[in-house]
Amino acid sequence: MGNKGKSLVVVQLSGGNDYLNTVVPYGDEEYYDFRRTVHIEQNEVLPIDKIYGFSPHLAPIKRLFDQGKVAVINGIGYDNPNRSHFRSMDIWHTAQPDEIGTEGWLGRVIRDLDPNAENVLTGVNFGRGLPRALGVRGVPVASVGNLDTYGLFPDIKDESAKKLALDAFAHMYGGVQGKDPVLNFLGQTGMDALKGADILRTAPQKYSSAIEYAANPIAQGMKSIAQVLLADFGTRVFYTQHGSFDTHSGEILTHAKLWDEVSGAVGDFYDDMQEHGREDEVVVMIFSEFGRRIKDNGSGTDHGSGGVAFIIGGEIKGGMYGQYPSIKEADHLEGDLHFNNDFRSTYSTIVEKWFGLDPVPIVNGHFEQFDFVNA
Amino acid sequence: MSQDVSLMAHLMRRAGFGATRNELEEYLSDGYKATVDKLLDPGESNHMPDDLIRRYHVDQSELRQLDGAGAYWLYRMLTTSNPLEEKLTLFWHGLFATGYAKLNQARSLLNQIEMFRQYGFGSFRDLLVELSRDPAMILWLDNNENHKEAINENYGRELLELFSMGIGNYSEDDIKDCAKAFTGWTLKNAEYMSVRASKDSIWPYGRIAWHYEYRVDDHDSSEKKFLGEVGDFNGEDIVDIIVTQEPTAKFLSTRLFQYFASDEVDDDGEQVIKAMMESYFKSGFNVSAVLRTLFNSDYFTSEKCRYSRVKGPVESVVGTARLAGSYQEPTLDVHSLWAQTMFMGQGLLAPPTVEGWHEGVEWIDSGSLVERINFAAKELSDPTKDGVQDIIRRVISGYRDFIHPENLVDSCLDFMGPIQVGADTRDGLIEFAESQGDLQLKNGKTDEDGSARVARLMGMIASTREYQLA
Repeated sequence: MGNKGKSLVVVQLSGGNDYLNTVVPYGDEEYYDFRRTVHIEQNEVLPIDKIYGFSPHLAPIKRLFDQGKVAVINGIGYDNPNRSHFRSMDIWHTAQPDEIGTEGWLGRVIRDLDPNAENVLTGVNFGRGLPRALGVRGVPVASVGNLDTYGLFPDIKDESAKKLALDAFAHMYGGVQGKDPVLNFLGQTGMDALKGADILRTAPQKYSSAIEYAANPIAQGMKSIAQVLLADFGTRVFYTQHGSFDTHSGEILTHAKLWDEVSGAVGDFYDDMQEHGREDEVVVMIFSEFGRRIKDNGSGTDHGSGGVAFIIGGEIKGGMYGQYPSIKEADHLEGDLHFNNDFRSTYSTIVEKWFGLDPVPIVNGHFEQFDFVNA
Repeated sequence: MSQDVSLMAHLMRRAGFGATRNELEEYLSDGYKATVDKLLDPGESNHMPDDLIRRYHVDQSELRQLDGAGAYWLYRMLTTSNPLEEKLTLFWHGLFATGYAKLNQARSLLNQIEMFRQYGFGSFRDLLVELSRDPAMILWLDNNENHKEAINENYGRELLELFSMGIGNYSEDDIKDCAKAFTGWTLKNAEYMSVRASKDSIWPYGRIAWHYEYRVDDHDSSEKKFLGEVGDFNGEDIVDIIVTQEPTAKFLSTRLFQYFASDEVDDDGEQVIKAMMESYFKSGFNVSAVLRTLFNSDYFTSEKCRYSRVKGPVESVVGTARLAGSYQEPTLDVHSLWAQTMFMGQGLLAPPTVEGWHEGVEWIDSGSLVERINFAAKELSDPTKDGVQDIIRRVISGYRDFIHPENLVDSCLDFMGPIQVGADTRDGLIEFAESQGDLQLKNGKTDEDGSARVARLMGMIASTREYQLA
């Protein structure tokens, strides 16, 4: 069942995050040749070394990096990169680049952590609809749009009217099981949903913290994750996303705003965990479906390959992992960065070294692991 | 009379997206058989016209995004006068499941859907030939990579396994020669499209779609062996052989039965499928003839067939919106309506794989059930909506001073369907209605609070288990 008490928070940057403007090769002149317009100025970069540095909009992540809590996975990707948002995201979600997969890798993690599906809250997604990463048949995952109103009848505002409706619902769904298996299944599922919602709704009341999260959606999402995690419902896998990072035009402003929001939210979340003495029990993974074209288009950047992921936590060995891909023209892959490590290496490391599970069936194969988790 | 209403409501839940009482009364004046005939041979449909949609949705010109394309089809489903045309098209979309993920091309997908409308009622032979020429399908299953010198079996295999005969009725050699017969069935403007895709930011005239081309120079014209026959077969010849096979008749009839009649096939169901297979051969592979046999069968019209299917998310969303009278005029909200289908597990135009969706009881998990209930309850508990007002008017008609809670529940169940519910459900609804006592009327009319109260009860009915079934 894996290591007890350890949990994973996945933050998906939807739309294709521009790697070159996230971890910036500011010491490489060619960066400014290819990025005539859409670049980060040298004097703004938060340096890691003489060549690479963080975008100033990742300041909270840089702060954690300096404390040794952030593993930067450079040049992450997969063979024959696909530049369609949907297909590439599917590949990351199902860990199957070569054929169309049906099971999500995190759904498999949840199944292995809770094989008898004893806890309806082992996996919780913050957002509407289930990301494919969490989808495996028979594995219950709660999808929470808004923690405060989560559950049935969110549109009934009046408390007593809502109670009436929920009581009637329990009466209609919770009756004696009859002969019809489909009606019985619907009854059971409805009661599970009611139960999950009842538990989740108590999280905000149990929570107190000195951290004030910003009002934007990703900050509120990370706050909800903190509330549920600290309420100790046994949730092990959290998922949320932010976007759109699909910056074909007007990239400078949009990308800056998005990273201000994401890094602020993740920084606040880490501090929140630290305030409650829980930073060693949780790991945050930030990823995107692909990076973007090396040469800008004058206003933004088009879809590319080769990206960056971040692994953040109290038990993470910070530093630069993988290799920053060369941006020399001769080394381009159809105008894009060459990946040099398969994303399933990162998945495998998390699955085995963090959760203590066998990664092979989860990520569909053997992949060399990194050493970013403290033993 | 009320038996007739129940039967007609059943037919329309299956052959359409449900029906309002006004619509049911119109169908009833024609009678069951004539309604079946009309559904199967509807002529031109009335629906929200393209020029009106485009005036309000600029994204319809470019159609870059999936939600815009999904919205376009939803408008058709919501406003069409030919509900079976769209319901059957949705069936083909699930059977020949082509997804946006790999295509990144919404317009090609909508062209495929229009092709299903045109050919969906006719000869299965013609439909399979058109499917094999469909650019979205060619790309989805790599037939553009199926060359004379290097075959790609993907389309050949799925044509047999998922689209016509079902696994176990042909050999691996049949698949190879089937694939060979479809070499040269490819895309005409692939180069142009790939140049455009590499400059993805710039589509000054909006997106155009891929086109089909047959390239004789890339076609393998060698002799082939397919299902025991030998010849220099081209794709059409292969389809001609496929459609005459008994497994094809069985496969198609069974899938239509499960979609239109019942998730589970029992012994009586097998008999109906046999009759459908006979109609298939007698009519020269005509889909309408097969459906006519199904809709007019004793099985389909029997009590046993009612509520024996779990509604799919799209039919649930569209059915609820049609009943409430929503989305009859252009509104940007239709994009969030498309998103609802995604939240409930059936993103329209985005099936997860070529296998389509897993249907029946697999539609239901705790997340998707909550989404379904919250959507339907919100739509139907809104007393400002035209459809909801119509139902309220009918519910109170015939009463003067008050309505007893039990009568109120039964009357709502009647005019929202009729919907048949079990004892637990009815008790729960009555308990809910009783909490506010009798519904008071003034000279046979309700005030605003009274209407809101009836609407709240309708929302509860939309959240029942029975409402999830068709």
